Amino acid sequence: MTTFLWNLLLALAWTVSTGLFTVANLLVGLVLGYFILLFAQRALGPSAYFAKVPLVGRFALFYLGQLILANLRVAYDVLTPKHHMRPGVIAVPLEARTDAEITLLANLITLTPGSLSLDLSGDRRVLYVHAMYIDGGDVDAARRQIKEGLERRVLEVLR
Amino acid sequence: MNDIASALLIVVGGAFMLLAGVGVVRMPDLFMRMQAATKAATLGAGCMLLAVAVHFGELTVVTRALLVTAFVFLTAPVAAHMIARAAYSVGTPLWEGTIADELRDRRQALGEEGDAP
Repeated sequence: MTTFLWNLLLALAWTVSTGLFTVANLLVGLVLGYFILLFAQRALGPSAYFAKVPLVGRFALFYLGQLILANLRVAYDVLTPKHHMRPGVIAVPLEARTDAEITLLANLITLTPGSLSLDLSGDRRVLYVHAMYIDGGDVDAARRQIKEGLERRVLEVLR
Repeated sequence: MNDIASALLIVVGGAFMLLAGVGVVRMPDLFMRMQAATKAATLGAGCMLLAVAVHFGELTVVTRALLVTAFVFLTAPVAAHMIARAAYSVGTPLWEGTIADELRDRRQALGEEGDAP
């Protein structure tokens, strides 16, 4: 976290010293600062930040892909006269423990078209998700898809 | 170049919005209506704000557009979740094609009515 703040500070220093206050220049500063900190790691000591940045990037790409795919699938169902949905409410046992982890996961699930987090069990161990597409009626496969697709990756980024 | 990009983003955003609207009419039960309405509309709003950011390209506009996008993406799922949860608690019927309801099973096992398990 402190490394991230350092990175931000370096980016700001870059925009101030170049005198060019644009978004593109701020991004250039961020990238430059990242590499400076990467090289300064030997002096400053190792930081988890450098492992996290590629993880966050990979997760963002994965999530964007999922978002587009799921949107197209729902769009197809909205536009064609027949309903292809096989909806159901499924229970997903959670490995996420803290409030932040559960909130982020539930939010990401709701943001993907075709799945909507409905409720959390009282002991916070099970998340109930309304899924629109349970392929072949296989509830366990849908459960596994959420657990291994989304939850594993979210925890990878957060932990 | 920027004009083409922002025009494309506006068209795509508008298409998503339209899709959300048609989805609300076409989906058979409340939960799927929520699904159609929230996600596509969120994505549509995101595309439009991105178009604004690309078109103006100034720091003040871009930062505000990105901030609005971030807040829409942060709050829309929460609202959708709360509406769906309230609807489920009130006992809104699921579509007859629904193949599983593990929340109902769990509530029945606990012998509770209406309240959270």
